[in-house]
Amino acid sequence: MGYELNFGALLEYQDVLLSGLWMTVKLTVVSTLLGIMLGILGAAARRHRNPFLRHGSKAYVELIRNTPFIVQLFFIFFGLPAIGIKMTEVEAGILALVINLGAYLTEIIRAGIDNTPKGQIEAARTLGLSSRQIFIRIILPPAFQRVYSSVVSQCIIVMLGSAVVSQISVQELTFAANFIQSRNFLSFESYLVAALLYLLLAFLMRLIFNLIGSRAFSREEKQS
Amino acid sequence: MSQFTDWDILRNLLLAARWTILLSLLAFAGGSIVGLLLTFMRISRRKPLIWITRIYIEIFQGTPLLMQLFIAFFGLGLLGIDVSAWTAAALALTLFSSAFLSDIWRGCVESLPKGQWEASRCLGLNYLQTMRYVILPQALRIAIPPTVGFSVQIVKGTALASIIGFVELTKAGTMLNNATFEPFKVFAMVALIYFLLCYPLSRASQYLEEKLNVAGKRA
Repeated sequence: MGYELNFGALLEYQDVLLSGLWMTVKLTVVSTLLGIMLGILGAAARRHRNPFLRHGSKAYVELIRNTPFIVQLFFIFFGLPAIGIKMTEVEAGILALVINLGAYLTEIIRAGIDNTPKGQIEAARTLGLSSRQIFIRIILPPAFQRVYSSVVSQCIIVMLGSAVVSQISVQELTFAANFIQSRNFLSFESYLVAALLYLLLAFLMRLIFNLIGSRAFSREEKQS
Repeated sequence: MSQFTDWDILRNLLLAARWTILLSLLAFAGGSIVGLLLTFMRISRRKPLIWITRIYIEIFQGTPLLMQLFIAFFGLGLLGIDVSAWTAAALALTLFSSAFLSDIWRGCVESLPKGQWEASRCLGLNYLQTMRYVILPQALRIAIPPTVGFSVQIVKGTALASIIGFVELTKAGTMLNNATFEPFKVFAMVALIYFLLCYPLSRASQYLEEKLNVAGKRA
């Protein structure tokens, strides 16, 4: 025994940590926004008239939810260039995160949509709204509100999952921690600090999402 | 240099998949034991115990599994315990799953109506008897579908053990890719094997949930 933790030595690497943190934030923001869009599209496809779209969406969800993220990432980063689709590390990382989040959100939002009272859709149809209008104006907003907390949890899970894109050398927080411990051999300290930063990010994300949620949903109620 | 046929790739992947399965089983068993302990702490009425489990769950749900693996791998080394990638992975996955499982199970226990507790007290059952004869048998039934569902997360979680050098399915995939330079084929096969492991579990979870719902409605 007799090992003393040495966090002071990490101070000289704070720029590396901060730029890694910033990259993780950027990855998270971009993939959350695109992922939510993909999730909504996926859920819309699930109730589309075209059976090809319906089954396609279902297959997509099952395929992604039943394989590990790291394999999806490797397939996109190593596998796709082999058939001529080339991209940078960051692009591949974002693509993998978006595809992964999109699949989970498709399933979550679909569950919210399934709980829509039938009478509302019938009423909207009677009023002469088109299918697209019904989906965007009648079905989606309350469905999204119903499952909002699950959406938030899933976005946080994907933020934590973004640690894995360090494996294709995207220079985010985990990559920074790897880099620092390869320089000063303080692996435990580096990873502990990085883990704490992730914890902080998860906490902040929940806070921000709750703020957005309470704003967006209270306004809707006032309108109605 | 030897050539790899498709069959060679597949055979090696399947051999490595045994380790994925073994690690998953170990993590699930370990996670269940620790998780059960945490669940009991969480539903006890002692404030300090409740706080400990809440912080524990918060930490393991709020940090990446990859970080937990790194910390287990390098942290145990600091304590003077010589850890193999295998031990570190089993430990980290056990702690990770215990946090999620205890959260799931706590929800199941709390979803039972309060009247069950009150009725038991009226019948003169003590805490342990209430647990043993009233609460747990009912909670167990509700708990099975989400528990089976979470086992999918464990199988997928074992893929990260490849990063600390444990040779399971994903690691075998990267190694075979380095030997064959056929990433598209190799990783597609890896994904397919994971899918074949996880999909039956997902379906079983869905099926059990539907069955339970139907049974619940009929009663």
